[in-house]
Amino acid sequence: MASTPDYSWPAMSTRKVMGTGPKRVDGPVKSSGRARYCSDMNLKDMLHGAYLTCPYAHARIKSIDTSAAEKAEGVQSVHVVAEAGSELQWQGAEIAAVAADTEEQARDALRLIRVDYEVLPHNVVDAALASIPAAYTQKAGERMQGDPDKAFTEAEVVSEGAYGIPVATHCCLEPHGQVIQWQGDQIQVWPSTQDVTDYAGELGQALKVPATNIKVKMDYIGGGFGSKFSPDSWGVVGARLSQKAGGRPVSLWLDRASEQTIAGNRPALFAKVKVAGKKDGAITGWQGETWGSGGLGGLTMPGNIPYIFNIPNSRRNHTSIRVNGGPQRAWRAPGNQQACYITCAAIEDFAAKAGLDPLEVFSKAVPYAPAARQDTYRLQLAKAAEMAEWKKLWHPRGQGGAGPLKRGLGAGFATWQGSGHASQCRTVINPDGSVRVELGTQDLGTGTRTIILQVVAETLGLPIGRIKLLVGSSDLPRDGSSGGSTTVGGVSTSSRRSSVNALAKLFEAVAPVLGAQPGQLEAAGGQIRVKGMPGKSMTWEAACRKLGTASISEMGVFTARGDTAGMTTGGVCGVQIADVSVDVETGVVKVNRYTAVQDCGLIVNPRLAETQVHGAIIAGISTALFEERIMDPRTGRMLNPDMEFYKLAGISDVGDIRVHLDIREENDKRGVIGLGEPPAVPICAAIGNAVANAIGVRVPKIPMTPQNVLDALEGRA
Amino acid sequence: MVSSPKDSERTPKPARGFSRRGFLGGVGLGGGTLGSGLLDRNARAATPPAKVAGPGTVPITLNINGKPVSLKVEPRVTLCDALRSYLDMTGAKRVCDRGTCGACTVMLGGKTVYSCSVLAIDAQGRKIETIEGIGGPENLHPVSAAFWNNDAQQCGYCTPGFVMACKGFLEEHPHPTLEDFKRGLGGNLCRCGTYIGVRAAVLEAAKTMTTTAGGKKNG
Repeated sequence: MASTPDYSWPAMSTRKVMGTGPKRVDGPVKSSGRARYCSDMNLKDMLHGAYLTCPYAHARIKSIDTSAAEKAEGVQSVHVVAEAGSELQWQGAEIAAVAADTEEQARDALRLIRVDYEVLPHNVVDAALASIPAAYTQKAGERMQGDPDKAFTEAEVVSEGAYGIPVATHCCLEPHGQVIQWQGDQIQVWPSTQDVTDYAGELGQALKVPATNIKVKMDYIGGGFGSKFSPDSWGVVGARLSQKAGGRPVSLWLDRASEQTIAGNRPALFAKVKVAGKKDGAITGWQGETWGSGGLGGLTMPGNIPYIFNIPNSRRNHTSIRVNGGPQRAWRAPGNQQACYITCAAIEDFAAKAGLDPLEVFSKAVPYAPAARQDTYRLQLAKAAEMAEWKKLWHPRGQGGAGPLKRGLGAGFATWQGSGHASQCRTVINPDGSVRVELGTQDLGTGTRTIILQVVAETLGLPIGRIKLLVGSSDLPRDGSSGGSTTVGGVSTSSRRSSVNALAKLFEAVAPVLGAQPGQLEAAGGQIRVKGMPGKSMTWEAACRKLGTASISEMGVFTARGDTAGMTTGGVCGVQIADVSVDVETGVVKVNRYTAVQDCGLIVNPRLAETQVHGAIIAGISTALFEERIMDPRTGRMLNPDMEFYKLAGISDVGDIRVHLDIREENDKRGVIGLGEPPAVPICAAIGNAVANAIGVRVPKIPMTPQNVLDALEGRA
Repeated sequence: MVSSPKDSERTPKPARGFSRRGFLGGVGLGGGTLGSGLLDRNARAATPPAKVAGPGTVPITLNINGKPVSLKVEPRVTLCDALRSYLDMTGAKRVCDRGTCGACTVMLGGKTVYSCSVLAIDAQGRKIETIEGIGGPENLHPVSAAFWNNDAQQCGYCTPGFVMACKGFLEEHPHPTLEDFKRGLGGNLCRCGTYIGVRAAVLEAAKTMTTTAGGKKNG
């Protein structure tokens, strides 16, 4: 066994556990309410923390007095985040925090903190570009490709449209925060994080404490969606509160209003676009002006518009806007939903202007897509059209029926990378036959635990229930952050390598007993046996007993730097079609049916993969129909920092969702590819296009609320 | 609490304007006389109650999952916070904290309620059933089992509330149509987007609960 073991995935046809759909292993503990999230922790002597936040969009602190709060009943520590002289750049910015014996006492004490503010000018306007003072805008240089002027001069059809996608908030159900204890020179923290592995290092840097003195533990996380990568200020503040309170643990979590104002959002992007082309639907030119904001830092020029379709002649301009609002964070396929919506809406509008079926126009644009993806897009377009009954149900724009209820169809395209991140795994095989697998990853609810167990069970020829898996701790081998749909590719590769390495050691130990070479052995059905010789075998337990007293402990390392060997790759496509009904009297949009054709690689668990796609689409429907951060231009405050006026889709809002995952041998050979993000991209595009198809006019602004729909119908948009 | 000096000292314009807890604190004085708090129509019309509780902690007894539990809480503490922070029963989750998302759903007197919108003192004298009382991971309640079987969960934070809402809904509507439970379960929000699984789970649970209920008192 001196040579490198064969880590490659077993052939699709021979797999016993991978590719099947066992139920998620943490299902019972979650559905019985016994899963202990970090926000559920009640430790002995634990204090409850609460934040005082800034009520203004922009202010300077003239003075801050916490003396009364410090003396308040139950208060054990107070920490000032923003000292006198500090400038606060958005409503909700953290000013001070209190830790008290009870949460009620902590909140009472906040009211005793006296802050004198100097209120400063602000801007929270992003959509109405003309009304924003110049101090808040910055133009990016013009970008050109080909000869757009010639393309527009020679065009047979030119369409024009305005499009906009507002700020949406992550609105994770479990808030951001942690329970944290700083005792002496040791810190123990139970955060809600998408990155257990890097948490200690980042927190340690902020607190000037060696990362080796920080232990991080998280079993479950109640949603992150790209907003929970760093310890954030609350990690640091929680630690300080604990230290000042003599090392008592502090439970500090954002309340819902803070969640909505400071804990993450998807940046807004608006556009005016002209598309040039021929009568037959061939697009020849693109001219786009975009503007948007991700907070005080503005928003750099999107590099991905037009999305997917690299139109040969284009001119692009962009204006970055600074707003006094909580900063953007990565949101499930960052930048892609906005780019997809603007691009696919402009193409649909071009098709309508040319009097063509948009799917014909999209087909004609496919040669502008990356060469390697063109065939897939063609197949997906055909499949999606078939599943959505496009031929039967599609009609030219505005011919959605005689009554007030108009039906329409629309399409959107997606792409995403999603190759695995660096990951390390340890597999331990004990003489008693027990197996333990360790990774410092986290399961966001995507099914990471289940998938790792499937990979190891497949490799060792054991049932999933025989393997103990440890994740979610800084004591475990380092993994990566769960972002960019990179987790499944990373953990499946490292756990495969680790379990193959461990099995090779077991083979070495038992080969002499079976009178064979290690390379002749295989593990299957709870046995170690000589390949092709059914009689020569021993049970897993008997084999492990041959280890004597020494356990096997083997690592599997995936560096994600060109060593994939086909185990994980990236790059997937998707086509989705929305079928909606719009009541032109009320402006209410209903999703009748939603079709997704999703490209994929090796699917470890089809049940969980389908749930992922459903979830991505439902989140997309929610943003397409309901979600919008509404800011008051005068006060600079968010008007809906809650969940009753910041609306999320409910069970009755999502229609019938049909998913086709393209599981087949050819795709399987690409290795494992993450699926969290790609299906989350095209929903605003597909629904926006379907609404335009139904009612005959473009509703420029997402979300497709009654107000936006009626505005468009009345020509007010 | 209304007469508490702390209250009169509060700034007239609190940072977040209207506060549910402040409102509850104002109306929920009567230790059970006002019913279920904010959502109770009677609350608005109620005359000042005779008995004032608080402002400090008061001893209360809650009947949770068939057992009396005694604890001391301030009158303003919600049932949700009492369960989670004072009794370490953390199945019900605090998410929106104002009666919108359903993550804190428990049964009170046989009806599902948002436990964030009921004061703990008002929950006295009625049966409280939480997710902890309906079955564990080893003996899953049929609704919990259906959630698992139909992959009706991802992060799982909304799941306990959703399970309790489904249980309450199915006890009142043992044979629901799709349209029925789209309406009946509209008060629970999931951010991961597991509604397709939830729909399948409700249909499955409706079947298993009616079959198992045949031999029980509920039939």
